Amino acid sequence: MLAEPAVTGSAAPAAAPVTMAVALNRALADSLAADDRVLVFGEDVGTLGGVFRITDGLAARFGEQRVFDTPLAESGILGTAIGMAMNGLVPVVEMQFDAFAYPAFEQVTSHLAKLRNRTRGRIGLPVVVRIPFGGGIGGVEHHCDSSEAYYTHTAGLRVVTPGSPADAYRLLRQSIECPDPVIFLEPKRCYWSREQAALTTAGPAIDQAVIRRPGQDVTLIAYGGMVATALEAAEAAAAENWDAEVIDLRSLAPFDDATVAESVRRTGRAVVVHEASGFGGYGAEVAARLTEQCFHYLEAPILRVTGLDIPYPPPRLEQHHLPSVDRILDTIARLQWDDHA
Amino acid sequence: MTALAGPIAMADTGGLLPSAAPLQLIDPGGQAGGSPAGLTMPAPEILLGLHRRMVLGRRFDTQATALTRQGRLAVYPSSRGQDACQVAAALALRDQDWLFPTYRDTVAIVTRGVDPVEALTLLRGDWHCGYDPYEHHVAPQCTPLATNTPHAVGLAHAARLRHADQAALVLLGDGATSEGDTHEALNFAAVWKAPVVFLVQNNGYAISVPLAKQTAAPTLAAKGIGYGIPALLIDGNDAAAVYSAVRTSIEQAADRGPVLIEAVTYRVEAHTNADDAGRYRPRDEADAWLARDPITRLETYLRAAGLLGDEAAARLRDEAEQLAASVRDRLSTDADADPAELFAHVYAQPTAALQRQRDALLAELADAGQ
Repeated sequence: MLAEPAVTGSAAPAAAPVTMAVALNRALADSLAADDRVLVFGEDVGTLGGVFRITDGLAARFGEQRVFDTPLAESGILGTAIGMAMNGLVPVVEMQFDAFAYPAFEQVTSHLAKLRNRTRGRIGLPVVVRIPFGGGIGGVEHHCDSSEAYYTHTAGLRVVTPGSPADAYRLLRQSIECPDPVIFLEPKRCYWSREQAALTTAGPAIDQAVIRRPGQDVTLIAYGGMVATALEAAEAAAAENWDAEVIDLRSLAPFDDATVAESVRRTGRAVVVHEASGFGGYGAEVAARLTEQCFHYLEAPILRVTGLDIPYPPPRLEQHHLPSVDRILDTIARLQWDDHA
Repeated sequence: MTALAGPIAMADTGGLLPSAAPLQLIDPGGQAGGSPAGLTMPAPEILLGLHRRMVLGRRFDTQATALTRQGRLAVYPSSRGQDACQVAAALALRDQDWLFPTYRDTVAIVTRGVDPVEALTLLRGDWHCGYDPYEHHVAPQCTPLATNTPHAVGLAHAARLRHADQAALVLLGDGATSEGDTHEALNFAAVWKAPVVFLVQNNGYAISVPLAKQTAAPTLAAKGIGYGIPALLIDGNDAAAVYSAVRTSIEQAADRGPVLIEAVTYRVEAHTNADDAGRYRPRDEADAWLARDPITRLETYLRAAGLLGDEAAARLRDEAEQLAASVRDRLSTDADADPAELFAHVYAQPTAALQRQRDALLAELADAGQ
């Protein structure tokens, strides 16, 4: 699936543009090389290299003691990862697709998220759960869920998602080094997106949002697969004389109140964009927090551009569900621009 | 191709099948019952240790139930009747091994060396897990049943990867064998040949639901062969048998991989102090099991063997009363529960948002004069 050789084993700045898939592969390779406590396991991650080839070449390079296929059972993968972490290892496990992670939900919510708290800090679980998530790839049912809100609603978990190849490398390495359990959501639609950038851990910390495009009139808040869409919308908005700022949240939990609130206070307007259904969705939390923190600075209600409140649609209808540049522009237009030139 | 036309050869079961009847070393009358394959009578000092810890454990258990009536514990799931499993499981482990208990296994935890008050923290309500799991290699008590089984497999597999001589023992009940996690854990353990032992305390009931509504398998031990795991069916009220089965399985786990042990026993008390067993089982059903009491059985054997006399038995009763008094006294006052601690262990470092919530709560308490 990937054009480049998947494993180079070096964090050296990339000379050529890399895809997010390659960046993730390098992050895993470099983490495995840097720390012999790190293990990578899951379904088809060994010999095959993962259905998205994110673990391509790792078993051959690091051996089947450290990179291995498991039986097909997600709760077992999560549960055994917890036991391994209790015994000093750093498991990085793969859930093959978003909706296939649900059998592991009890292990995630009852144990992975809580064991540190249950044991007064005595058991920390440095486990990373990689989950390809979201749609936009023409996937059939159960392959395109945006399941982030299930995890962000669970105290004790960190939930992060990269919006670019360079950040995929940085965030995954940061996640593997993090003492807390991390749900690492990989936007499938970005696996093949390319970026010319150095792959390095330097840059924003694991819990920091970043401003991807500065602007003055409105803050577009996005994450994962919607970052690129929001940036595209911002460019289109410029043609209509709206100078949009784009924030890539990176960390959904914890939420970087400081960076986002500062932006919204400055612009006075905000739109939250995500693929997941709107009702009870992550954007509701963002809108509520910003309303609480920025109310007196707001020129308009905070609006959301989200997926419809429906189960993820079949491939030939998904374009109606997913936030688009046009929908974002239409939403920006509804932000009470009476003073707009 | 001819093989396809012929009868399908029976796979070699390789000694994976358990016995049809539970294995015993000491029968309910206290007589040594031969030496069934796979079990070895423990040495006298081990048997005396099992007896002593069962007497202490039983007294601790009845004291804990009493403390629920006095409002000192929120709830207590008694293991009375399962004393042999509780004590033998804990004593059969080596220091480096790990125990993965459930909420009904407090006696096993205390027998392993955990401070009784720390072991009761969960049920007292001061915090969740009150002890340091790394101090005695005892995982937190597991309440969502069977979810501790993959933890034990993972810990054991990690021990192998780290070349440590270390095994895990996970406790579960008959009801938990119906859970998906048990299936996944047994399968992972078998595929990985993880040094882990599954001890199923089949006490007849999952709260109110009897075993017949839980499974159609001839025995729970019979499930082992489906995973390629050798299984033992033992008398769970015979402390010698439980000790021998667990000890041997633990010692050999590094070479042989996992073992499934079903110990047939009985929950004499209701599910917890809040439960009414009279709603789902005959009131005289426990009587037959009281006649198979694990402590009486071992004591009869020890006395007949000249290993235990009246004087030593009296000293042991005194020791048990002292333990009960100590637990009673130490739980007679409310522990200090610190509201600020609510925010301390959610993440390795409290987030900015949690710090704000902590400050707000402390301000709220200050306003209320607390």
